[in-house]
Amino acid sequence: MQEKAQILSENDIDRIIKRISHEILERNRGSESLVFIGLQKRGVPLAKRIAENIKNFEGAEIETGKLDITFYRDDIGKNIKPTAQITDISFDIEGKNVILVDDVLYTGRTVRAALDAIIDFGRPKSIQLVVLVDRGHRELPIRADYVGKNLPTSHNESVEVKLKETDGEDSVTLVVGE
Amino acid sequence: MNMLSKKSIVDAGSLEPEDIELILSNADSFLEISRRDVKKVPTLRGKTVINLFFEPSTRTRTSFEIAAKRLSADIINFSSSSSSLKKGESIIDTLKTILSMNVDLIVIRHSDSGTVKMIDRFVDIPVINAGDGKYQHPTQALLDLYTIQKRFGKFEGLKVAIVGDFLDSRVARSDMDLFEKMGMEVTIVAPTMFLPEDYSEMNVRHNIDEVIKDTDILYILRMQLERQDRKFYPSVMEYNRFLTLDMKRLEEMKPGSVVMHPGPVNRGTEITDEVMDVGGTLGEKIAIEEQVTYGVAIRMAILYLILG
Repeated sequence: MQEKAQILSENDIDRIIKRISHEILERNRGSESLVFIGLQKRGVPLAKRIAENIKNFEGAEIETGKLDITFYRDDIGKNIKPTAQITDISFDIEGKNVILVDDVLYTGRTVRAALDAIIDFGRPKSIQLVVLVDRGHRELPIRADYVGKNLPTSHNESVEVKLKETDGEDSVTLVVGE
Repeated sequence: MNMLSKKSIVDAGSLEPEDIELILSNADSFLEISRRDVKKVPTLRGKTVINLFFEPSTRTRTSFEIAAKRLSADIINFSSSSSSLKKGESIIDTLKTILSMNVDLIVIRHSDSGTVKMIDRFVDIPVINAGDGKYQHPTQALLDLYTIQKRFGKFEGLKVAIVGDFLDSRVARSDMDLFEKMGMEVTIVAPTMFLPEDYSEMNVRHNIDEVIKDTDILYILRMQLERQDRKFYPSVMEYNRFLTLDMKRLEEMKPGSVVMHPGPVNRGTEITDEVMDVGGTLGEKIAIEEQVTYGVAIRMAILYLILG
């Protein structure tokens, strides 16, 4: 038996992304030295939207890349063998403030892998984390710098994020049960 | 679940279409890693791969070595000329020694056809055939497919001409298996002495000029000088007349067509010096260096899919 409850609507998501875009500019005192890296797969469109907002607010074009962390996972060999998606970071991250973007923050293992991967590309000045939803249950000492929505969940629930670019609509839904 | 259908890769013919698709679809990510400043990911940390080469090889061995290292696996090279080892029994003894050292995967090259199949039956760990005798060289065929995919974006209906010593070539056998599996039209260009006894099922031409204008992929085989256990082709001049790719023939090839060769090239025999060194638009037809680059990505994808 599956139960679903919508947590965020299209308008909610839009407001959140605008708010986070402002927060990033505020904390970094403008857009200079910023680069965005979206985590495959739904972090990628989120990163693009934030970069687009910042372009509208400040007129600045910000480099935006994609990162797939498959090869950095700590559970490879445990019967999961995802086909890796494209990693495309075609700019220098040395000395930059890297804004890492993902849809859901859960155990923190994906972010751990992403940090390792990013550092293989160079030594950024800082790495800051944006997540649309933080659902708790961290297994590693990792936190987000910008959170769209804190959503207390239990382990038997899952958070389903849909975005127009990947799924045709914008919504965040809490799914209970199998 | 994304896994290969078998534990080992022994021959190209037994790869399922899904296996081929899976390997090719993973290769792009590994190509990207090879283009980074730091060309290494931690994926296979702690795994041990042994390169067991009973026959000389530079590029295949190096390619596997680079592939394993870029995935953070440890790789050990074990080379031995087949003459110093008696066949059969002593190979098994060598394997027993290696297995006792808890190796995770064996890459094997051997001069006797069928050795890899025998070894695969004997050991529990995965085995990758890096070329055995005149039988098979499946990873070469996979990297050839990947090169074709990158150039043409499709396989169906492409016309391939495989030129040269088909009989002695394990590359040709593996390529033929995969090319036909992917829906390409394969023609063999060779004199009868380079063909198997019964070639009635094969589409054969004896002169490269018969296919040069119409072919999408000119796949030129290496003259296997070390495998000539019968009389060598009459003369290089004779070879040049019927099979060699020279400038005149290169210029006749249609737009978008490519030239491939598994390497190393015997300059002046299969391909002339001028063609090997040609630049410009004609030079873009030569995909030999691409094949080498893509070979590393394909071998990374295979190691990842088997060991990851």
